[in-house]
Amino acid sequence: MDFSFDREHQLLSQLYRDFAENEVKPLAKDVDETESFPVETVRKMARFGMMGIPFPKEYGGAGGDNLAYIMAVEALSKVCGTTGVILSAHTSLCAAPIWEFGTEEQKRNYLRGLASGEKLGAFGLTEPNAGTDAAGQQTTAELKGDHYLLNGSKLFITNAGYADVYIVFAMTDRGKGTKGISAFILEKGMAGFSIGKKEAKMGIRGSSTCELIFENVKVPAANLLGKEGGGFGIAMKTLDGGRIGIAAQALGLAQGAIDETVAYVKERKQFGKALAQFQNTQFQLADMQARTDAARLLVYRAACSKDAKLPYSVEAATAKLFASETAMEVTTKAVQLHGGYGYTREYPVERMMRDAKITEIYEGTSEVQRMVISAAMLK
Amino acid sequence: MNIVVCMKQVPDTTEVRIDPITGTLVREGIPSIINPDDKSGLEAALELKDEAGAKVTVLSMGPPQAELALREALAMGADEAILLSDRAFGGADTWATSSTLAAALRKLPHDLVVCGRQAIDGDTAQVGPQIAEHLGLPHVSYVSELRLEPEGKSVVVRRVFEDGYHMIRVKLPCLLTCLKDMNKPRYMSVGGVFDSYAKEVKVWSLADIDVDPANIGLKGSPTRVKQSFTKGAKSAGKVYEVDPKEGAKIIVERLKEKFII
Repeated sequence: MDFSFDREHQLLSQLYRDFAENEVKPLAKDVDETESFPVETVRKMARFGMMGIPFPKEYGGAGGDNLAYIMAVEALSKVCGTTGVILSAHTSLCAAPIWEFGTEEQKRNYLRGLASGEKLGAFGLTEPNAGTDAAGQQTTAELKGDHYLLNGSKLFITNAGYADVYIVFAMTDRGKGTKGISAFILEKGMAGFSIGKKEAKMGIRGSSTCELIFENVKVPAANLLGKEGGGFGIAMKTLDGGRIGIAAQALGLAQGAIDETVAYVKERKQFGKALAQFQNTQFQLADMQARTDAARLLVYRAACSKDAKLPYSVEAATAKLFASETAMEVTTKAVQLHGGYGYTREYPVERMMRDAKITEIYEGTSEVQRMVISAAMLK
Repeated sequence: MNIVVCMKQVPDTTEVRIDPITGTLVREGIPSIINPDDKSGLEAALELKDEAGAKVTVLSMGPPQAELALREALAMGADEAILLSDRAFGGADTWATSSTLAAALRKLPHDLVVCGRQAIDGDTAQVGPQIAEHLGLPHVSYVSELRLEPEGKSVVVRRVFEDGYHMIRVKLPCLLTCLKDMNKPRYMSVGGVFDSYAKEVKVWSLADIDVDPANIGLKGSPTRVKQSFTKGAKSAGKVYEVDPKEGAKIIVERLKEKFII
C-alpha cells in the first residue's frame, strides 16, 4: 500500500494548483456574487486538457485516469466550488456514460467534442416528482420509426443552458418501472428542446442550474444510449462515478476552508495575541485537518478502485457521504474561527460553507449513500 | 528549425523564509521550479514552434532531481529533454557551467539557442552570453520580444535597457537571453504530463560530451567565494492606514523615538 502520488500525479498536482490559484481563485468571489457562469475559465480548462482527463487520446481526452481527474476537481473546488462542479458534471455525468455505454459512432460524434472541451456536457435525470426516487420518471420517449419522440421536463440540471450535449432519461415503457427507462443523447438546439427556469441557489451560484423542457423532441434512434430499457442501470452506474467527483468537490471545499482559516488565525489578534496561539484554535484546526485527510483517503481510494477496474460503488458512496459531511462541518468551523468577519462576504469561507451544503444533497443525498453502504453490509 | 532552450532548476525564492532565531535560510520544503526567465524563454520557443514549426529541445545541467523541471518542459510542449548530470560537473561557476553547456550544444543541431537572462538563485546573467562566446554565435541579451522573419533566416528582437530599447535583426544561428516579462508561460497540459513520462529524458555524463576537464566543475571554476553571509532578518514592520498628514506625524514621532532625528 502506497500513500504517495506517482510522478505523473505529482506533476499534475503542480499544474492544477497553479491553474487554480492563477486562473480560478481571482474570479471565485465575482462568479458567486454575480451568479455568472465562468465561460472563459472553462475554455482555458479545455486548452490545458482538463475537460477530458480520464478518456483516451483517440477520443480527444488527455489519456489520464480517474485519480488524475478527481485531483483536478479537488484543486479547482479548493478555490471555487462552482468551477469544481462544472467539471464534475461534464466529465462524470455526460462524457463518462458515453465512453462507457456509447457505440463507436456515439463516441466519435459526441465524446470527442466533450473530452476535448469544445463541447460542454450535462445530465438530466431528476424531475419534479423523481428525485431520489429516480424510478418515478414522467418524461416519455416513444419510438416512431427511425426516431424517438421525447416529452416531459427535467429539474435542477447542472450546466444546463451552457451545455451542448445532454444525457437525458425517459420512460420508453411505463409498465416496466425501472426497466422501462432509457437513456438518450440530446443536443442543444434540437427542435422542441428548450431550457426553462434558472434556479436561484444558496451556493455554487455560478453554476447554471435549470429546467429542461421537451416538447415533441425528435431524437434519432441512433442517439439511444445503451439498450432500450437499460437507462436505469446506466443512471445508477453513472452516479456511482459522479459521486467520486462530488466527493472530490467536497474535499476541495474543506481543504480550501482550512487553508483560508490557517492564514487568518495567524494574522487576526484578540486579547493581545494571534488566534493561532489559542489552544481552542489549534485543536479545532487539528480536528478539521484530520477529518479532511480521512476524507481524502476515501476519495482517492474510490478513484483508484475505479481505475483498477474493481467494484467501486460502495467506495464511492462512502467517500461522498464522509467527504460531504466533512465539508459541511469543516466550513462551518472555518466560519466560526473567522468570527464576525467569517459571516461577511469579505472572506471566502461563508461562500465555501454555502457551496458545501449542496454536496450533501446532489448526486444522491447523504441518506441515499447510507442506504448504499448499509445495503452492501447487510446483504 | 531546431531550437535549444537552456534551463536551470532553482529553489522558488519567493517561498524562502528566514529562520528568525538562527538567521539562516529555511530550505526544507522549498519547492523547486524552472527559473522564471528560462521558462519565458521556453514559452517563446514554443510559440515559434506553434507558429512556424520547430523542434524544441530543453537542456539543463544539474543533479538528477532536475529531471522534474525537464519533465515539466516536456509537458508544456518541448519535444526532447537532455539532462547534463555528473558529479564532475558539480560546484561549477558560470565559466564551468557555460563550458559544459556549450559542449553539449556542439552535439545538438541548433538554429536558435534560448536562455533566460539570469537565474533567481545566482543573478549573474553570465551563462547565456558565455555560451554564445564558446560557440562563436552572435547573441542578444535582455530580450523582451521575439519575432521570426518570414523567410525564417533571422529573428527580430527587442532588447530592453533601463531607459529604452533596441530593435535588432539578428541572423540565425544565434543565442538570445530572455526576460521573464516577455510572455506568460503556458501551463502544462494534462495530456502533456502523461506524454512527458512516456518520453525519455536523456542523461549525459562527462563521457558523453567533448569538453576539457580543466574547464568544468569546481576545479574548472575560476570564481572563488571569499565569504557568504545571510542578511539579518528584519521584523515584519507595522502598517498604518492613515492620511498623509497623520502618516508624516507618525514617521517623525518614530524617528524621534529612535533618536534618528
